[in-house]
Order: sequence, then C-alpha cells, then structure tokens
Amino acid sequence: MNAFLLHWTFAIPEIWVLIMACVVLLADLYLGERLRDVAPVLTVLTLLGAAVLTFFELGQSGTTFAGLLVLDPFTNVAELFSYLAVLMVVLYSRRYLMDRGIYRGEIYVLLLFALLGVMVMVSGANLLSIYLGLELLALSQYALVAFNRDSLVATEAGLKYFVLGALASGLLLYGMSLLYGLTGTLEVRHIAAALVNVTSSNLILVFALVFIVAGIAFKLGAAPFHMWLPDVYQGAPTVVTTFLASAPKIGAFALIIRLLVDGGYGMLESWQQIFIALTLVSLVVGNLIAIAQQNLKRMLAYSTVGHVGFLSLGIVAGTEAGFASAFFYTIVYVLMSLAGFGMILLLTRAGFEADRIDDFKGLSQRKPWYAFLMLIIMFSMAGVPPTVGFYAKLAVFQAVIAAGYVWLAVIGVLLAVIGAFYYLRVVKVMYFDAPEPESGPIVRDDLASATLSINSLALLVLGIVPGPLMAFCFYAMQGVI
Amino acid sequence: MHDFYQTGWWAVIWSIIKIVIVVVPLLLGVAYLTLAERKVIGYMQVRLGPNRVGFRGSLQPIADALKLMFKEVIIPTSANRFLFLAAPVLAFVPALLVWAAVPFGPDVAISNMNAGLLYVLAIAGLGVYGIIVAGWASNSKYAFLGAMRAAAQLVAYEIAMGFALVGVLMLAQTLNLSKIVEAQAGGGFWSWYWLPLFPFFLVYFISGVAETNRAPFDVAEGESEIVAGFHVEYSGMAFALFFLAEYANMIFVSLLTTVLFLGGWYAPINTPLLTWIPGLVWLLLKTAFLLYVFLWIRATFPRYRYDQIMRLGWKVFIPVTIAWIVVVGIALETPMRAILR
Amino acid sequence: MIITTILFYLFSAILLGSATAVITARNPVYASLFLVLAFFNAAALFILLGAEFLGLILILVYVGAVMVLFLFVVMMLDINLTRLKEGFLSYLPLGLAIAILGVLELAVVFWTSPLGHIPAPGPIPANADNTRALGVLLYTHYLYPFEIAAVILLVAIIAAIALTLRRRQGTKTQSIDAQMAVRAKDRISLVNLRRPEQ
Repeated sequence: MNAFLLHWTFAIPEIWVLIMACVVLLADLYLGERLRDVAPVLTVLTLLGAAVLTFFELGQSGTTFAGLLVLDPFTNVAELFSYLAVLMVVLYSRRYLMDRGIYRGEIYVLLLFALLGVMVMVSGANLLSIYLGLELLALSQYALVAFNRDSLVATEAGLKYFVLGALASGLLLYGMSLLYGLTGTLEVRHIAAALVNVTSSNLILVFALVFIVAGIAFKLGAAPFHMWLPDVYQGAPTVVTTFLASAPKIGAFALIIRLLVDGGYGMLESWQQIFIALTLVSLVVGNLIAIAQQNLKRMLAYSTVGHVGFLSLGIVAGTEAGFASAFFYTIVYVLMSLAGFGMILLLTRAGFEADRIDDFKGLSQRKPWYAFLMLIIMFSMAGVPPTVGFYAKLAVFQAVIAAGYVWLAVIGVLLAVIGAFYYLRVVKVMYFDAPEPESGPIVRDDLASATLSINSLALLVLGIVPGPLMAFCFYAMQGVI
Repeated sequence: MHDFYQTGWWAVIWSIIKIVIVVVPLLLGVAYLTLAERKVIGYMQVRLGPNRVGFRGSLQPIADALKLMFKEVIIPTSANRFLFLAAPVLAFVPALLVWAAVPFGPDVAISNMNAGLLYVLAIAGLGVYGIIVAGWASNSKYAFLGAMRAAAQLVAYEIAMGFALVGVLMLAQTLNLSKIVEAQAGGGFWSWYWLPLFPFFLVYFISGVAETNRAPFDVAEGESEIVAGFHVEYSGMAFALFFLAEYANMIFVSLLTTVLFLGGWYAPINTPLLTWIPGLVWLLLKTAFLLYVFLWIRATFPRYRYDQIMRLGWKVFIPVTIAWIVVVGIALETPMRAILR
Repeated sequence: MIITTILFYLFSAILLGSATAVITARNPVYASLFLVLAFFNAAALFILLGAEFLGLILILVYVGAVMVLFLFVVMMLDINLTRLKEGFLSYLPLGLAIAILGVLELAVVFWTSPLGHIPAPGPIPANADNTRALGVLLYTHYLYPFEIAAVILLVAIIAAIALTLRRRQGTKTQSIDAQMAVRAKDRISLVNLRRPEQ
C-alpha cells in the first residue's frame, strides 16, 4: 500500500460522516417530499454510527495521510462530544424548524458538514488541515445562520458573521503564514521542533502568536473579539444558535490544543501573556454586559463570553491539569448552552419566539417541570454547588492557583459572583413573577422535552459525580504536552 | 521554451515566419468558409447562393472584404469609445492566439508546448470578453442582452468542454496535442478516441458549436429577438473582425476535434493505399468534414431558447461527462486498459 | 536570456500598473477589466518561470470563468461611484500604514528565516512536466486537504442553492419530462361527427 495511505483507517469516522452527509443530501432530495423526517433520522443514525466507529478507535494513536491527520486521545474524546452536541441539536430542532417553515434537509446536511469541519480541526496535525477544517466549519455556519432567508435579522446576522468570520480567518491565516515563514514547515510537530531554536523575544514569533491567538479568540468568542456573538446569537434561528454554541466551541478549543499546545508549547510564556489579557477582558465584558440584557439569547451570548473567560483560566495555567480543566469547562459549557437554548426552543411556538427574559415570567405556575429544569441550567451556569457548573469553575480555579496566578483566580471568583446575579434573575422571574397575561399556551413537544430533561438532569448528575468526566478529560490530554 | 530564447534573435524571426505561414492561409480559409457556408446552405434550401462575382461566385469573399474595408466605422453617440473599438480586437486576438499550439503534423506547430491542451482551452475561453465588452460598450439594450447571454452560455459550456477534454487526457496521459494524436496511432479509425470517448466527442463538438456562438446556439446574436445582439452597433472593419473571429474559431474547433477525437493526421485505415497521402491532407479533410457539419447543423436546427441552452449545458452535458469520466476511470483500472491506451 | 529578462520586467510592470488601476479606476467595469489584465500578466510570469500549468489554470479559471461572472454582475449593477469613493482618502493613511506594516513583517520573515536562505533551484530538467508533478503530489501527499477543499466547494454549492433557490408558484417553466411523456390520446380525442341518420 502507498505510504501516504498507511493507517488510513484512522480517518474512518471522518469518511463515514462525509459519505453520510452526501447520503442525507440525496435522500432528502428524492424522498424528502414524502418522508419529511428522512434527513433528521438519517442524521441521528450517522451520529450514532460515527460514535461507534470512533469508539472502536479509542486507544489507538498515530498519524496518517502523510502526517496531516492525527489520532490521539484528544481527537477521540473531542469527536465523541461533538457527536453528542450535534445529536442534541437535531433532537431539539424538529418542531422549531417546522413552525418556521424551514424544516428542510439542507439544515441537517449543513450540520453534518459543520461537524465534519470540527472533526478535521480536532484531528488536524498540519496547519493546512486545521485551516481547511476551520473553513469548512465556518462556511457551513454562515449558511446556517442565514438559512431563514426571509427573516431580516437572520440575513443581517449571517452577513455580519460572514464578514467578521472572514476577517478572523484572515488573521489566523496571516499568523500561520508568519509561523510557516519562521519555521519552514506546515506540520505542527515540526513547528514545535523548529521553535526550539527560536528565542521567545523573536519579533516575528510574537506577531505570529498575536495573530493566531486573535483568530482563535474570535472563533471562541473571547472579548475583545466578541462583537459578532450577540447579534449572531440573537439573529440566527434558535436551532442554529444552539448549534453555534456547541460543537464549534469544541473545534475552537481544538485550535488552542493543536496550534498553541501541540505546536507552541515551547513558547508558553509568549502566548500566556496574551491569554491573561483575553481572560480578564472576557470575564469583565461578559459578566457585566450580560446584566443589562433583556433578551435571553443576547444574555446567553454575553454569558458565553464570560464562560470563555473562565475556561481560558485553565489555559493560562499552562499545565496538564489546566488544559484538562479547560477542556472539562468547554464540555460543560456546551452541555449548559445546549440546555439553555433548548429551553428557548421548547417554549417557542409558531410566530412566537420565547427569547425575552419576560417570556419566562411565572413559568413555575405554567409548567413547573420546565421551570425546575431551567433552574438547574441557570444554577449550573452561575456555578451554584450541586451542579456541574460549580465543579467546572472549581477545577479551573484550582489549576490556575496551582500555576501561581492567585490574583487571576480572585478576579475570576469576584466576577463569577457578579455573573450569578443575572442568572438568578431568570430564576426569580420564573418563580416570583406572575405570568404575562398574553403569554400563550406551551406547545407539547415530547421529543424535545425528553431531551431537555436528560440534558438538564445531566448537569445535576455530573455535578454530583464529576469524577468520570474529569477522568475522561485527563485521558484526552494524555500525550498532548 | 528556454531553448527557444537561447537560440538568439533569429529564432524570433523564425517564429514570426511560422506565424505568417499559419495565419495567411487561415484568413484565406475564413474568407472561403463564408462562401462555402452560403453555397452549402443555399443548396440545402434549393437556392444557388452567390453566383455573380467571379466564376460561380468564387470572388464573392474578396468583394465582401473590400466592401467592409471601405465602410465607415460608426461609433454610437453615448458609447464608450475606447472599449467600443477595443472589443473587436479582444474577440479577434484570442481567435488567432489559439493557433499557436495547433499541431499540423508530428511536431509541426508554431509552438509544440507541453501543456498545449490546457493552453487552447484557456485561450479559447477569452474570446467571450470581446462579446461582453462589445455589448456593454455599445450602450444599446439589444447589444447588452446579447453580451449577457454570451457570458452565461460560455460559463455553462466551458465546464462540459473541460470535462470532455479530461477524458482525452486520461487516455493519452499527456497535455501535448501532438502526443495526443500520436497516442491514437496504431490501427485505423477504430483506434481513434471518438470510439471509447463517444459521449465526450459529442459533448465536445456540440459545446464547440455553442462556444463559437453558432446556430442553434446563437442566442448572443439572435436576429429575430435581439436584432443582431452584441454586434448590432458595429459596422465596417470593426464588424468584420467579429466575423473573422467567429469563422476562425469554427475552423479551430473543427481542427481541434479532429486532433483530439479523430486521429489528427492519420489515415482512416492503416494501409499503404491511404498512408502515402500526406498527413496534412487527412487533417484538413477531416476538418473540412466537421466544418460541413457546422453548416449542416445551422441549416437544420432552429435556434434554442435561452433556458433550453442552460438546461442542456448544466443538466445534460455536465452530468453525462462526469459519469463518463467515472466509466473511463474504472475501465483504465481493468484489463481494458491495454485496449484503451 | 536577455529576452526573458526584458519580458519579466515588461509583464511585472504591466501587472503592477493594472493592479493599481484596479483600485483607482473610477468605473467598476474598467476595474474588472484591469483585474483581467493583471491576471493575464501574472499568468505570463508563471509561464516565464516554467510553471505553465499554474499560469494556464490561472487564465482558465480566473480570466475565463470567474471574471466573466464578475463582469456579468458588475455590468448589471448601477453602482454609484462617487458615493463609493467617498472617504477613500480618509481611509488611505490607515490602509497604507497597515499595508506597509504587512510588507515590513514579510520582509523580516524572509530575511531571518530559513525560507530566505533556500538555495536557488537548479536548472529545469529538459523533460520536466509540472502538470504531472503537481498531480502526483495532490493525489498522494496532499490527498487529505485536497478532498477537504473539495468538500468545502460542495458545501458552498449546497449553501448557495439552499439560500437562493425557491420554487415560486405560477411560473411558466417547461416540464421536459411531462412533455416527453405525452401521448396522442392525451391531447386529441376523436369525436364521431357523422351526421345523424335522418
């Protein structure tokens, strides 16, 4: 067999997702008129199949395709969680899309392609494959955001996202090209090896790292590169917003691991400084501006900025425990946002978008179970003890204190307390305010509500027994440093 | 190409001589192709065609050329003067440039370049700029409509054309036009590429008709709908250049089809009876036959409607060519490889 | 060799001149045509380098297809140029500063990094075929990114169609299948018109 095809089996999950995305596209084209559910059902099967295939690859590691694709524990774990995230989005999506007349197969096809982009990023061992994965993800996202083309806000959000996203890709690419110029190779491992001979004060290296970190910060949604988040989160169809807050964040986290840790761990001090600045700005901006928001989607967007601040605390720590806790935080954040946006999806009905905080007034009287689930979600986001959100924050604080940045941890705790205010306000509105008279009935949606119940209760269960998930994250970080 | 420059200035002069040797007969050929067209279509429609100037009309093209030369070039009032005059040149120059790579025999070409196939494909696509610029610069709605139609049509058919050439490339394993012909040597007409690549042969020739804006794909002119389309405002020599470009392109497409699919300069049956005739004669005979088909098609088919052209290009030709590429690719991996190559 | 050098400077000068004209031209159609000219000269430079495949593909794809569509759109739009050009001068210093910064950075990279010290390539072998060389690399070593790039294009197609295609009611499009499937009895019914018996 040709050398470049050695170990090609490492790419089987990617190949499976690609083939199935095409199958979904064709099936929807020919059967979609008669069987409207064919695309989502096939998508669910695809995700389950991919999970099985990835599961079989657990424990293997190595590179393939001439070193462009790497399989290691991080690849496996990150891919498994990406499948889970997309699966949740698909399960939440059906009624919302139907109500808005955009229940079309292309949404699911684009979701699968976006997932493929995440997978390529997560398993990228070469600047080329990482960048192409990023573009695949980004292009699918632009189309998804603007998918409801009759909605003015959605198209505006799509265009805004497109322009800013292209700029961010440009920044990242420029940083990559400088890195390439400096080291003469595109392969991350070789870059790491070549950087040994470069002093950390090298001007080009600093420029390259600034550009790369700026690009990553944009994709992650860290302040001051967060300008797109609120508008896009609010403007996009909520199903798409749910997706934006899930698998792509795992992909963005993979950018950090692949570019900065795999490639630039030798240059830790150089980019650590930049990350400290990002963390501080994100924590402040995210948690303070979120207080002023009346729209829940916007509030969750700013809360995303805040969460990104917290998870970068773990990256600032720069230790294995730090990266593991940051990964843990990322996964927890994904689960929380899935649940948060899932709740909006559940309360939404045709012609009515339950995305104002006022729409949650008196939810405990209208639907006590939903109110309870929302309580768990908000507690988890705020970091109140029995939930997993608390444990995630605890882990990053521990890591950053262990690395000697006590002052950062103190600021983090302070802003977490401030941030708790706006999450608890939602709880207050649900339990202590009377429902608005014009709030209509809550439409019954068994599939989404069952998913949401599992999703939210998972936040509670994982908070009580966080051990296995944490162990999984530590497993993922094996061999990364 | 490097050797070419290193051999000194006289090489430049030598290539100018070669260019003249190709271009002068080409322009004569264009002139008499117009006569042939009027005669052939005339007979098909039970008329005589031109029969007054010279012996049975044989001097008609000369008379036409003289007439066009002495006519005034009128520039419409609010036309863009510079682009209006540049457009015919933009149409005419690519029509001549493509001939640089055309082989007339084994290694007989102005430039027997390695990527000849790619070169002709790239340059042949440039002619459309003349049409688009003419349509826009004329400041006339009919001209503009013609230009828009030409642009859309070109993009649609160039893809199918490119795919058809990919098939040739797969069998010949080279982009050099001379070597492509040599790869078809061996037997007679059954070893030429038209047989294994029959769908490509058809698609390429029909796309060629479309790319040259000839009937039934002449919507860019479309006399009955948009008067004369992109060249409605042109007169005199400016108009003549468009005319020359169109006919030169016809000859070129026929010759290239011969080279790619009909065995170039090889005789149809490999016997001494036929092979003593020089290859150039065979090449020109096959080209002449395809040119006749051009005229035949024009006399036979009514003009396509615009949406039908798009449908044929996008929904028929492109899928057909892609499917046949797959077929050829698979066949090349089987024992049939020996027969095909 | 001297001809090659002259040609190099000629093509480079036209390339730079037309590239400048692209951003300074007042008329968008002129700008597009200058861009075509720039592509053409860039292709010529590639060919001078012996990279005929890249040069010809540049012409084929960008000049032959992309720019035709660009012109198609630009000619249809009625762009108000004076409004577009407003603020050009006020943004110019910032833009120039960024451009100069970028150039400086690249220059530093080339001076200090291994890329700046790569030995000049040896003479091109007589039977060099860079089409084949590129193909072999793309389909072996770079197979994976090549395929991903293909998927990106597929996504672009799907996205473009999903965002723009809509089936409007009441348009009079032709249904070829229905036309072909028609039989005489669908269109003509024979009626017995014999005069009744009197």
